Amino acid sequence: MTFLNYLINGISLGSVYAIIALGYTMVYGIAKMLNFAHGDVIMVGAYISFIITSKMGLPAIVSVLAAVVVCTLLGIFIERLAYKPLRNATSLAVLITAIGVSYFLQNSALLIWGSDPKSFNSIVDFDSIKLFDGQLVITAEAIVTVCACIIIMIALTIFTGHTKMGKAMRAVSEDKGAAQLMGINVNSTISMTFAIGSALAAIAGVLLCSAYPTLLPTTGSMPGIKAFTAAVFGGIGSIPGAMIGGILLGVIEVFASAYISDKLSNAIVFGVLIIVLLVKPTGLLGRKINEKV
Amino acid sequence: MSTFLHVENINVYYGAIHAIQGVSFDVNEGEIVTLIGANGAGKSTVLKTVSGLLRPKIGSITFAGEDITQTPPHKIVEKGLAHVPEGRRIFQQMTVEENLEMGAYTQPQSGITADLEMVFEQFPRLKERRRQIAGTLSGGEQQMLAMGRALMSHPKLLMLDEPSMGLAPILVEQIFEIIRTLHKSGTTILLVEQNAQMALSVADRAYVLETGEITLSGTGAELVKSDEIRKAYLGG
Repeated sequence: MTFLNYLINGISLGSVYAIIALGYTMVYGIAKMLNFAHGDVIMVGAYISFIITSKMGLPAIVSVLAAVVVCTLLGIFIERLAYKPLRNATSLAVLITAIGVSYFLQNSALLIWGSDPKSFNSIVDFDSIKLFDGQLVITAEAIVTVCACIIIMIALTIFTGHTKMGKAMRAVSEDKGAAQLMGINVNSTISMTFAIGSALAAIAGVLLCSAYPTLLPTTGSMPGIKAFTAAVFGGIGSIPGAMIGGILLGVIEVFASAYISDKLSNAIVFGVLIIVLLVKPTGLLGRKINEKV
Repeated sequence: MSTFLHVENINVYYGAIHAIQGVSFDVNEGEIVTLIGANGAGKSTVLKTVSGLLRPKIGSITFAGEDITQTPPHKIVEKGLAHVPEGRRIFQQMTVEENLEMGAYTQPQSGITADLEMVFEQFPRLKERRRQIAGTLSGGEQQMLAMGRALMSHPKLLMLDEPSMGLAPILVEQIFEIIRTLHKSGTTILLVEQNAQMALSVADRAYVLETGEITLSGTGAELVKSDEIRKAYLGG
């Protein structure tokens, strides 16, 4: 029974990673860049939600919507201001800029909200489900997180497979030049991708802090790195890959800390990543990218 | 006949390399004009500059009376200029039908079904393979898809870059037959080709591009007869 409890915790944590990883993977697929500030957008989302529920006393759903709106705008703003001017720069320049944006967000949060940890109130207010005389506990947060993850996955699949904008995104991710020749505005497609990724980051932030309620300016950075790992694990650029990578990573992390060592769990997670990449360098669902001349 | 596309003294650079050096040419409404020249002469660069993927440092491009020199590529498509790029550049991981839908990106959603039928009539092979992933098509089919995709935008001017590249002779014939049909139905065409023989046989007028400059121009028939052209491009 404890095994099942751990499994549920792992899937729940993994669902948060998966939602974050989707943002990494979509931005990578379309803008061909690693947005290392993505994790810090999570933190901003969590702070916005915290202010609205704990300080202003408004309902949880309002706080989630506000976090989504603020992070969406923040994502578009970051892209316009920091990454768009570097569209034709080397990937190293973009990477360094992304790390800079990450520190900028963390330190801005430190200035605005201070360094003392905030205690985040869960946005979910129904009881955990207890099964088998209380031996198996499924927390309300776990249920909401896993459901959110499934809904997001379905919505994104429909979006990229069946809408004009979604198909245009796939076209841009395959060949920017050819997409432009179709009449697709590549810049607005990239903005749209950042908007979606950042909105997902806001949701992830709220869910993460509902399950792990200590909120700090650095709250987003470790989950951000884990989610990035998950995206690579599943095959960067692949939406189902991010999903599977995220959930597997969460499960491995929880099992490793439960059965092997709490302190070694991160080392084990990254160790598994290294092994997967040695065996399959493109990640679990990654496609080999044919370099065109 | 009025001048449809007017390219005036364009100079294009790749970094420090002066790739196109003062090229000027015209395409009139209803014509097939071809740009021939050896590999590396700058033919594709000229087309990319016209469609906005590259910017000229000096010079101007006018299309249907409007200056498009600084217009972004996605706006140029809206004006009725379609470019089938070198190497086809179809979306390999999307289906045939999705590729065609992308071609109709600038068009109202309501007309897409009719336009798909129009393209399928022109290219029956694509209809058979409409649900297939485009990357699995043969070279000839990919070329047809690239052309069909461009037609979905209802172009007034269709620019084709090396449509015969890498195709078997029988397929080259087929592609040129399609070019003739498109021309008859009223599409103005700017054709870039290494296969000078084929290109000159369909073209009303031709320009010869050598290392970034236009060195000869004339009607297709004139150039086929020209000694220089025979020696350089038509194998004696």
